[in-house]
Amino acid sequence: MSQERRLRILVAKPGLDGHDRGARVIARALRDAGFEVIYTGCHQTPEQIVQTAIQEDVDLIGLSILSGAHNYSFPRIMELLKENGADDITVIGGGIFPLEDIPRLKEIGIKEIFTPGSKLEDIVKWIRENVKPRKMDAA
Amino acid sequence: MSVVEQVLKGDVRAVARLLRDIDDQVPSTRSILQQLYPHTGNAYVIGITGPPGAGKSTLVDQMTAYYRKQGKTVAILAVDPTSPFSGGAILGDRIRMQRHFLDKDVFIRSLATRGHFGGITKSTHDMITVLDAMGKDIIMIETVGVGQGEVEIAECAHTTLVVTVPGLGDDIQAIKAGIMEIGNIFVVNKADREGAKKTVQELRNLLEMGKKFRMETGAGKNGWDPPVVETQAHKGIGVDTLCGEIEKHREYLTAQAPEELEQIMLKRALHQFSATLKDELFKEVIKRMEGKGLKLEDVAKKIMAKEIDPYSLSRTLIKEEFKEDA
Ligand code: B12
Ligand SMILES: Nc1nc2c(ncn2[C@@H]2O[C@H](COP(=O)(O)OP(=O)(O)O)[C@@H](O)[C@H]2O)c(=O)[nH]1
Ligand SMILES: [Mg+2]
Repeated sequence: MSQERRLRILVAKPGLDGHDRGARVIARALRDAGFEVIYTGCHQTPEQIVQTAIQEDVDLIGLSILSGAHNYSFPRIMELLKENGADDITVIGGGIFPLEDIPRLKEIGIKEIFTPGSKLEDIVKWIRENVKPRKMDAA
Repeated sequence: MSVVEQVLKGDVRAVARLLRDIDDQVPSTRSILQQLYPHTGNAYVIGITGPPGAGKSTLVDQMTAYYRKQGKTVAILAVDPTSPFSGGAILGDRIRMQRHFLDKDVFIRSLATRGHFGGITKSTHDMITVLDAMGKDIIMIETVGVGQGEVEIAECAHTTLVVTVPGLGDDIQAIKAGIMEIGNIFVVNKADREGAKKTVQELRNLLEMGKKFRMETGAGKNGWDPPVVETQAHKGIGVDTLCGEIEKHREYLTAQAPEELEQIMLKRALHQFSATLKDELFKEVIKRMEGKGLKLEDVAKKIMAKEIDPYSLSRTLIKEEFKEDA
């Protein structure tokens, strides 16, 4: 009789980027879509993001970054997830990305990148289709 | 290694996953909790409640720093409301606790109420069991309390803090109506704001009235008098005093009034037992009912159509199902 699991999502902002409007908009949209969103605010180090993802047992990490520093923080986060045996967590990104950076980020395992103008319903739809909550019986 | 062994060793990933399973009511968690239960009883549980924005998370962050300096390990359960419209939630308490994210001896978990009334979640008691068994010295539980019956926190905690701020005016009334009874310590946070002294005085007056009542009825003559502490959580001012008062309350419970401590533990045990029993009984009866081809949905439809009433149906089911076992 156990109900469906609810999807848990960490929305985090790595680095010294203070643009938090997008992250807040996303957090609200994901809440309104019925997900549980953990929002940790700005200025997170890759280490903090990974520790939070583990302690909160999230299914998805959504990184929001508009500062241009993704080429450092994103690979580091992927590396740390692997080191901690937590690379089953899906990672996506959003914000400002030069087009040429996107293939490289996907190569290291970032599943999708959402740039300015992305529609909220498309983001929600992508998550519903691509991220499933961790299996019930896999304790 | 089994989940139980991992938890007892303090494995963060195992604990994090188990807490999720408990929250999602995965059946296998029952036997794990059963095995963890004997390893509990060492943690000191502190409840922190008050209106949104009062500074609870900031206080929890400061108190965590205080306890870490003493070498104590800390776990935090931060509860925020689930949106009744979508079933989703934004859990933002961690924003104030960033400096502890990399401390291996601090475990933080954000929780959504998921429609449970009473301020905490249905899973909170069981989560405390896990965090206690993993060896945390201090467990803090932050909940939103605006005086609408969010009193369950007091059933989880040894010491309950009720946090308010100056200048809310009617807020004192709200506290009086709802959560005055559960506070062991009252905190006036944002004491840097105008009206702090007035708020402190109002609280003290209310507490004095409560005390008079206690004396007249003879209940708890030498009882605990809840202190009122002023804090400025964003600057860490007053936090030492607050933690000192918590320590005094702890000493009071252990040395002066062991019967009160026993009452707290008794209430908790009773709550845990009755909640689990209700849950298991419900599941068992529904399982047997569905085994006979009666779907819960169809039963609900019949009740809706007034073909049957919920009262006699419940009684009949219980009588029938447990006849031979009784
Ligand atoms: C508003 C704004 C600010 C505000 C920020 C207010 C705030 N609290 O957020 C202020 C004025 C403070 C500001 C300051 C600065 N800014 Co500014 N700012 C902008 C601006 C105009 C809009 C950003 C915004 O809020 N958009 C609205 C939100 C809703 O959109 P969004 O964040 O893009 O999010 C969408 C998608 O990207 C995606 N998304 C975003 N995050 C996530 C996360 C997930 C999980 C998902 C799924 C999707 C997703 O979904 C959203 C919906 O479509 C942009 C230009 C632009 N057009 O983007 C510049 C811009 C980002 N800023 C820029 C700069 C340089 C700065 C400053 C350094 C300026 C300076 N020299 O001082 C400072 C730095 C501030 C800091 N501490 O980091 C540059 C960055 C350049 C770069 N990356 O190479 C930009 C691109 C302007 C430019 N063209 O030069 N800025
Ligand atoms: N002026 C002032 N602001 C404070 C104080 N304590 C916390 N705050 C701020 O109040 C806001 C809400 O704090 P938070 O801890 O999130 O409140 P919560 O909703 O009760 O958990 C934050 O912006 C804090 O920085 C204080 O003592 N004085
Ligand atoms: Mg809070």
